[in-house]
Amino acid sequence: MTPARSANVGIVIVSHSPLVAQGAADMVRQMVGDCVPLAWTGGNVEGGLGTHVAGILAAIEAAWSEAGVAIFVDLGGAETNSEAAVEMLGPARAAKAAICNAPLVEGAVVAAAEASGGSPLARVVATAEELSA
Amino acid sequence: MQFDAADLSELIVLCRVEIERHCEHLGRLDSAIGDGDHGANMRRGLEAVYRERDAISALPLPAALERIGLVLVMSIGGAAGPLYGTLLMELGRGMSAGEDDEADFAAILARAIAAVARRGRSGPGDKTLLDVLYPVQAEVAGHAAPARIAECARAAAQATEMMLARRGRASYLGARSVGHEDPGASSCALLTMTICHYLKEHAPS
Repeated sequence: MTPARSANVGIVIVSHSPLVAQGAADMVRQMVGDCVPLAWTGGNVEGGLGTHVAGILAAIEAAWSEAGVAIFVDLGGAETNSEAAVEMLGPARAAKAAICNAPLVEGAVVAAAEASGGSPLARVVATAEELSA
Repeated sequence: MQFDAADLSELIVLCRVEIERHCEHLGRLDSAIGDGDHGANMRRGLEAVYRERDAISALPLPAALERIGLVLVMSIGGAAGPLYGTLLMELGRGMSAGEDDEADFAAILARAIAAVARRGRSGPGDKTLLDVLYPVQAEVAGHAAPARIAECARAAAQATEMMLARRGRASYLGARSVGHEDPGASSCALLTMTICHYLKEHAPS
């Protein structure tokens, strides 16, 4: 990971569907290239529709940035499991991991665009959450 | 009663059997108002605990409960994972911090249930497993016998049938969620009843 890349806020995409998660990640990549750390997770441990904490933790680690990570989720369990995963990071890192109240695809793309300009986590989250306001 | 490693190991086996037996039923309840995976998710969770039962039973009870909670969080998958996981982890943490008498257990249980409510951002009447946990805790606090607590759990789960879901995927159905028992409440009642029946059979006379 180059210093320039890790300096930006990372983006994590969590969907019940691996296809949705990967598709959303593809759209983010198209928008910002690789100047923003990005990871996705989708599906339960058996590969069916669902989410699971270990997968979310791995995605957070993969997209980790000292500037923080913004996490985008689809339905209920994705959010609850993401909250559990964030808690497991420990208080110091959990404070740098924000679960955004924003639509998964639009939120991730808008947030990545904001992050690619070097904005801090709070700004990245606020920009994405404006979509739901 | 004195609860030892053999008790915990046997209870893990019994809970796994009970969830396995009702796996399809839980799935059907969930299909009616959710995504239909609650039975399979719970089975996966209990299987994971079952595989670790020897190591878990060797731990002191508070640490064992915490470990079960963590295994459930990591294995169940759906929203139920963090909810059951939080319940067990908080119970374990509360028990390791406090005294080991009955009055304390009711208070520890109340705090663990409050943590579940925070995690799910839910309260009474939202048609969730909390609608079983709250009345069960009230019975525990009132020193009810295990058989009475088991009855209470089943009745409480049944009472979710007429509730309107306000959390989780069932809430998207609005009024159509009424008329179906909540799958989370149902699995919670099954597990509560299994534990209570075991305690009833093994309580000192």
